[in-house]
Amino acid sequence: MKSYIPHYRLETPRSLGEALQRLASEPGVWKPFAGGTDLMVLLEAGKLPQRRFLNVWNLPELRGIIATRTHVSLGALTTYSEIRRNAIVEQEFPLLSRAASETGSVATQNRGTIGGNIANASPAADTPPALLVYDAELELISAHGTRRVAFHGFWRGYKQLDLRNDELIARVHLPRGRQNWRQFYRKVGTRRAQAISKVCFAGAAQMDARRIADLRISLGSVAPVVLRATATENILRGLTPTPALVHAAQEALGREIAPIDDIRSTARYRLRVAQNLLAEFCESLAA
Amino acid sequence: MAIENRHIGRPVPRKEGREKVTGSARYVDDFTFPGMIHGVTVRSPMPRGRIREIRFAKNIPWHEFTIVSAKDIPGKNCVALLIEDQPCLADKFVNHREEPVILLAHPDKYLLEEARRAVQIDVEPSPAVFSIEDSLSKKQIIWGEDNIFKTYEVEKGEVDRAWAAADFIVEGEYATGAQEQLYIEPQGMIAQANPKNGVTVWGSLQCPYYVHKALARLFDLPKEKVRVVQTETGGGFGGKEEYPSMIAGHAALLAWKSGKAVKLIYDRAEDMAATTKRHPSRTRHRTGVTREGMLVAMEIDFTLDGGAYETLSPVVLSRGTIHAAGPYSCPNVRIRSRVVATNAPPHGAFRGFGAPQSVFALERHLDKVAATAGLSPDEFRRKNFIRAGETLAVGQVVQEKVQMEKLLDRALELSGYHQKRARFEKENPRSPIKRGIGFASFLHGAGFTGSGEEYLASEALVAATREGKVQVLAGSTEMGQGTNTVFAQIAADTLGLDLDQIEILRPDTSLVPNSGPTVASRTTMIVGKLVENAASAVKNSLVESGFLKSSFTPSDFGEACARYIDKFGPLQSLAKYQHPSHLHWDDNKYQGDAYGAYGWAVYVAEVAVDPRTAEVRVEDFVAVQEAGKVINPVLAAGQIEGGVAQGVGFALYENIVWQEGRMANGQMTNYIMPTSMDVPPIRVYFEEIPYERGPAGAKGIGELPLDGTAPAIANAIAHATGTDIREIPMTPEKLMDLLEGAHE
Amino acid sequence: MNESPRKVRVQCEINGKAYTLEAYPMTRLLDALREHAGLTGTKEGCGEGECGACSIEMDGALVNSCLIPLAQVEGAQIRTIEGVANAAQLSFVQQAFLANGGAQCGICTPGMILAAVNLLSRNPEPSESEIREGLAGNLCRCTGYTKIFASVVDACRLARQ
Repeated sequence: MKSYIPHYRLETPRSLGEALQRLASEPGVWKPFAGGTDLMVLLEAGKLPQRRFLNVWNLPELRGIIATRTHVSLGALTTYSEIRRNAIVEQEFPLLSRAASETGSVATQNRGTIGGNIANASPAADTPPALLVYDAELELISAHGTRRVAFHGFWRGYKQLDLRNDELIARVHLPRGRQNWRQFYRKVGTRRAQAISKVCFAGAAQMDARRIADLRISLGSVAPVVLRATATENILRGLTPTPALVHAAQEALGREIAPIDDIRSTARYRLRVAQNLLAEFCESLAA
Repeated sequence: MAIENRHIGRPVPRKEGREKVTGSARYVDDFTFPGMIHGVTVRSPMPRGRIREIRFAKNIPWHEFTIVSAKDIPGKNCVALLIEDQPCLADKFVNHREEPVILLAHPDKYLLEEARRAVQIDVEPSPAVFSIEDSLSKKQIIWGEDNIFKTYEVEKGEVDRAWAAADFIVEGEYATGAQEQLYIEPQGMIAQANPKNGVTVWGSLQCPYYVHKALARLFDLPKEKVRVVQTETGGGFGGKEEYPSMIAGHAALLAWKSGKAVKLIYDRAEDMAATTKRHPSRTRHRTGVTREGMLVAMEIDFTLDGGAYETLSPVVLSRGTIHAAGPYSCPNVRIRSRVVATNAPPHGAFRGFGAPQSVFALERHLDKVAATAGLSPDEFRRKNFIRAGETLAVGQVVQEKVQMEKLLDRALELSGYHQKRARFEKENPRSPIKRGIGFASFLHGAGFTGSGEEYLASEALVAATREGKVQVLAGSTEMGQGTNTVFAQIAADTLGLDLDQIEILRPDTSLVPNSGPTVASRTTMIVGKLVENAASAVKNSLVESGFLKSSFTPSDFGEACARYIDKFGPLQSLAKYQHPSHLHWDDNKYQGDAYGAYGWAVYVAEVAVDPRTAEVRVEDFVAVQEAGKVINPVLAAGQIEGGVAQGVGFALYENIVWQEGRMANGQMTNYIMPTSMDVPPIRVYFEEIPYERGPAGAKGIGELPLDGTAPAIANAIAHATGTDIREIPMTPEKLMDLLEGAHE
Repeated sequence: MNESPRKVRVQCEINGKAYTLEAYPMTRLLDALREHAGLTGTKEGCGEGECGACSIEMDGALVNSCLIPLAQVEGAQIRTIEGVANAAQLSFVQQAFLANGGAQCGICTPGMILAAVNLLSRNPEPSESEIREGLAGNLCRCTGYTKIFASVVDACRLARQ
């Protein structure tokens, strides 16, 4: 344990109201602490700069998966295990289900939350590519009320969030009606479990016979943030994939992403895999 | 007298298994001593240079701390092993990142970490060396006169004249990376030490008498003032062979100075950054064959990166050298090898001990030689396998009834090799996933090399109590591989007793004799034989004294023991290693009988490669080996399966990212070992040809699986993709480059 | 040390017994179990939720105790390896690990057994791929997992009988 444990505070507010009040009255002092699967790792490594945390784990308002006519909404504290077990998510948002099941292991899936995955803002996070593909919206809550923002754009840069320091992520809303889209997810992470992705690809397309009527493509671990590949989408949208079109899309994707060399992989590998997975996605649409 | 095998050959449960499945087995970190404080190590921030100054920041109450530096060492500042070049604490100069410089102790673990951060070691940097090539170029001399710790030359026949007889000459260069042992229990020690009582340490270790020797030298104490006790050890794989001497020294120095018991446990990050890894290697092959596929000449150049100090590198190099020409008969062989210094933390023992490196190179290379000669990999090997009476590269005439062809037949049959090879070759062109199948055939010498066992002169003691309980006292450690169980089986069957009448004493140098280190696949074969001999002597004493008839019940045995002890005193026997008189070894020529016995094996791997991601999945694995006699089929298969999984990691995943001699990916998140989702079905088969000098005929098997797994996988990848795999770990990043090269 | 450390007192139940643990709020549950409750069967392999040696059950869910701060343990029901056997009677999973060579060095074993127990509580007849997935958070360096899979299969058989 590289951190000096007595320095750290972790307090448990009795209600959501009290939590929001603390965040509002001492702005920037407190940071929410949910399942701990990211923060405790930083603590162990001596890399947790913030010292005061509010334990939000037990706030019931931030839990639960609710389906309305138009949306499925997940409380920010919904764990990966809960996502995996949910039948509606599995049917209508299979990429999210897949992402949850390929994150960490049983023990981390029991503690890791979708809100935490978003707030931690890792470019290698597993669920955000799926959320971008599904046009997710975030409901943010503070003592002053709630606001709803598109998840696309919520991450402004590496670990930069469109989130005020008095706000919590309350829920993630997923618009329904994509069941008929063709969906594709692939996480590439050296080993099959307990892996941090080197490239993560999520794609969905609405097909009109062999033509791609509409589509979403998102990638993790190839840029400072999980990326929605809009330029690549624009190349493919409205057209029937041909080898030439796929090649053009791969070129566009190469310009759109910005992979790096790090201890887990190389920029060259990430670029090539991202392009190859795009081709595999396109092939899957023809199948 | 005939021994009835009531336990040998049967899957009796692990002796200490109940403690392990209930969580009551006690590992070093599970102990707390009265008044115990904690210790940490402050390490070099630079790979090489002169220590200018050590600064202690003001925010820490230093007066509460025990602080130890090199000047506090009572004896010689070294970790005594082969030579004494490695300091216990760096003084004036550092030679690698993470080299220990200062030790701190305090009762508060959390404050101790703050204090560790508050010590600044200011180093004036000197130029450092980080690769085999740079070390060999001698632009910087960082060790001795030429950066070379050790060289060997093996000569058989007349290589220079043999090339003329070759129809083809095939060359190749191969490399293997460092590999972390990654035992799940990090290293640690507890020490009590003072001038009056001497030094006692308890800890996670493989070789109690190595630690004992190092402590006696460090403290300049007589042997009887040093005591080393092994606690339950959570995996070793070679990683706890030499480094525990360092940690024991550190804990003991802090205990000596503070007057308190000191616990020094590494966390995972420190363990990965500071302790030894498998030696990286580079091997060059030049091989001559005839049109018919007969080997006529092999020239092998084998180099290891030893890191900053010599440690065990000469011995690792030795084993790698001797195994470099494999289980083949070739009339003309030259092997030149060397281990060089770099400014990385010293590389050290890891299961296989040099052989996995040179065997990888050989078995990859021979697939290419076979192809050049127009033969399939199995046809080529069949023609060249060594047979009983033929001579290995080091000049050893093989006395064992070697059956490499039979092992090969069985392995290829069990794996469906020929059908799959044909099927994959047919299907691959149209399949998005490319499949391949490959194998490696190899041998592994059990026990210490050459005169090593003679020099060790190991001992084991068997003693009986008045109640008829039998104790086995040996310095061999249990670290998961099954020492306790195997010794108990051997002793029980030799004496005709039940397993629960046998007690295996925990290795404690104040009680057990020196049975040599628990390494080199020697515990069952060498020390197990001593246990058998000692147990047999105990029984003979009882029979010859007339207290025991040749057939008896456990209660007869107890009665006989009581009567013997009442009449003659202690009933015990100390068995000493006797070197077989027919084994001769010449250390100068590096020729002779390198090992008393070898394990022989053929491993087959089947892989699936996804060219889109260059990910390799091992889909099936067959391991066939001849092991003399299998004492415990569950434990033996467990050794092979675990070793194969480590070999899968060595071949595919376990990549150490070095930055200026420092492991940059020293977390379990970023150093990728296989999970339960990544290992193939591992199918293990044994052949048994009893070895007359092993207990019940047993030979050593522990290291075998590390030799053959990686080259079998590499050959399968080469088969699947048509690429030339010359390096491991074959990460997807490297394979992607090869695949793209193949398409150009 | 500019901020005065404040300890918390946490009430919880461990292996059916009530405990009050007093430590810093961010103290890892792993340390609280080992050092405060004296339950050293739970092991530390990595401290970063990767190896699973510290796996326990908390309110019925498998968790890594190195990733749980003590302040989140208030009112929790915890099961550690010490609570898996029923008095002197080993559980089926423990018996099966013993009989099938599921434990070698033993350091991953407590966590592995908790993971297996937890898996079987959710899925009494897991397929091999479900076993592999259920244990994927528990790294073992000794066995190559093969004998562990066999142990879990055998535990199912024992439970059926």
